[in-house]
Amino acid sequence: MTDTEVNKSQKKKADRWSAGVIPYAEMGYWKPDYEVKDSDVLCAFRVSPQPGVPPEEAAAAVAGESSTATWTVVWTDRLTNYDTYQAKCYKVEPVPNAENQYIAYIAYNIDLFEEGSIANMTSSIIGNVFGFKALKALRLEDMRIPLHYVKTFQGPAHGIIMEREYLNKFGRPLLGATTKPKLGLSARNYGRVVYEALRGGLDFTKDDENINSQPFMRWRDRYLFSMEAVNRAQEATGEIKGHYLNVTAGTMEDMYERAEFAKELGSVIIMIDLTIGYTAIQSMAKWARANGCILHLHRAGYATYARQKNHGVNFRVLAKWMRLAGVDHIHSGTVVGKLEGDPNAIRGYYDTCRELKVPRDPVRGFYFDQEWGSMPGVMPVASGGIHAGQMHDLLHYLGEDVVLQFGGGTIGHPMGIAAGATANRVAVEAMIKARNEGRDYRKEGDDILKAAAKKSRELDVALATWGDITFNYESTDVPDVVETPTSA
Amino acid sequence: MRITQGTFSYLPDLTDEEITKQIQYALDNGWPCSVEFTDDPHPRNNLWEMWGLPMFDLSDAAGVLAEVNECRKAKPEHYIRLNAYNANYGKQTVALSFIVQRPSEEPGFRLERQESHDRSIRYTLYPYATEKPHGERYNGQR
Repeated sequence: MTDTEVNKSQKKKADRWSAGVIPYAEMGYWKPDYEVKDSDVLCAFRVSPQPGVPPEEAAAAVAGESSTATWTVVWTDRLTNYDTYQAKCYKVEPVPNAENQYIAYIAYNIDLFEEGSIANMTSSIIGNVFGFKALKALRLEDMRIPLHYVKTFQGPAHGIIMEREYLNKFGRPLLGATTKPKLGLSARNYGRVVYEALRGGLDFTKDDENINSQPFMRWRDRYLFSMEAVNRAQEATGEIKGHYLNVTAGTMEDMYERAEFAKELGSVIIMIDLTIGYTAIQSMAKWARANGCILHLHRAGYATYARQKNHGVNFRVLAKWMRLAGVDHIHSGTVVGKLEGDPNAIRGYYDTCRELKVPRDPVRGFYFDQEWGSMPGVMPVASGGIHAGQMHDLLHYLGEDVVLQFGGGTIGHPMGIAAGATANRVAVEAMIKARNEGRDYRKEGDDILKAAAKKSRELDVALATWGDITFNYESTDVPDVVETPTSA
Repeated sequence: MRITQGTFSYLPDLTDEEITKQIQYALDNGWPCSVEFTDDPHPRNNLWEMWGLPMFDLSDAAGVLAEVNECRKAKPEHYIRLNAYNANYGKQTVALSFIVQRPSEEPGFRLERQESHDRSIRYTLYPYATEKPHGERYNGQR
């Protein structure tokens, strides 16, 4: 170092604590030489800086605003071991094929977060920073939750393995349907739909996210009629059946009251909406584990912040939070249905729900390795515009540990609801059987279904009704790096 | 009625050839097979009787099918199922389980309602078959 450089460096050091505003990058939030610790929480943010703001400065500002910084220098920083508590941006990479977008990698010391609290973690990571003026847009693409921190969360109340053992159902996707119409049915009519769908062959039926306790049907009446239907269907089939009784309500007290009643009636499963908030979800997960009820989560509202590519929170991050929070089911996309979803990205969401180790993989949208230790998996739920005729694609993309929900594809069957349910069940069993026999079920899918339909009029009619319905719209949210389209 | 437990109950009963293909799939995955039978088909009866131990070291599909047939011979009027077990870390549970024999007549279930306070109902499911003691169910076949 020359004398001048030494002087500059000393001057800079002094400046770090002069009153006023200095760039975040110079306050210690930009540290390209930082060595990531195994216990750090890591984030990958997609940063779109305002014109004239260098990417490193924008990224450092994100690190600062999501950890210790405020807009000006404060002398009280010097009362702390601030170096520990400052988040550090350690890498900034331009996004391929995108103008003025960068991925900022930021490390947070584990001490910044309260054990077992999604609310606390998210208040830091996405608390203030998304409204920050120096950025045009900001998106949280991925997070590495260190195993040290994972272990402080309860995780799924039961998980995939325990759910299957509770239900005594193995070796195939589970089948469900949402009761339709969503709104307006009386409790008695509602129970009819539940009964027909379950006795026809579905494993589950479901309240919709906005079925809570409205004037046309109060919650207690719905529970009574639905559980009558569940039990009648068990009698008719000799199988365990469930109806996701939605306990979503305005207060925790109301939710606990509804959950207790669902349990008292013998329901194997209850349901909550994402709209109840992270803390309420964690509370219900604790309740569900203590009371032997599977916990289904509907991701109501998620697309308001998860869908746009340049701003918000990617669903894969939300899926991680929900696995930690402790739900047993989460809606995760369908690939082939009516709702948003790129196949690779959705495969990534499913991995996040189900696997114990998820390696970094740009094709599936993973920026980090993620270790789950022995935390049970969450059963992903595919729902929205899917039908029996797509069974080979569904099995191919989504695998076996999944709930396939055919709402319209059950209830809209011309021969009735039970026939619609039977069609779906025959289709899934035929496809699993063919796969296990070693057939190229994806290629031969149509033939496999047609052959099964020869012995099942229900499936035959379903194929004739929906066989060629597809929803081919381009996805708005795809991973940036699609090196080679994957076959899996 | 037809009890629809198991992976393939909505398909026509599997032939021995079809069963062999499923066994082969299990063995190819490294999943040992086991045979179980029961005369109590209650959906929450996990404990079907074991026809011997799981066949951990048997890697020949024909050998597994032979055990199925032995069990059928000994228990012609029982439910028999074939299970494949995945012992891998993170699973350690049943991977596939399907019925390979049913009694000639399946009488089904009776649903009992115990009416409780405030219109609450407690439900209990009884298999008709279990109203008789073991040995006298399903045409008196042991």
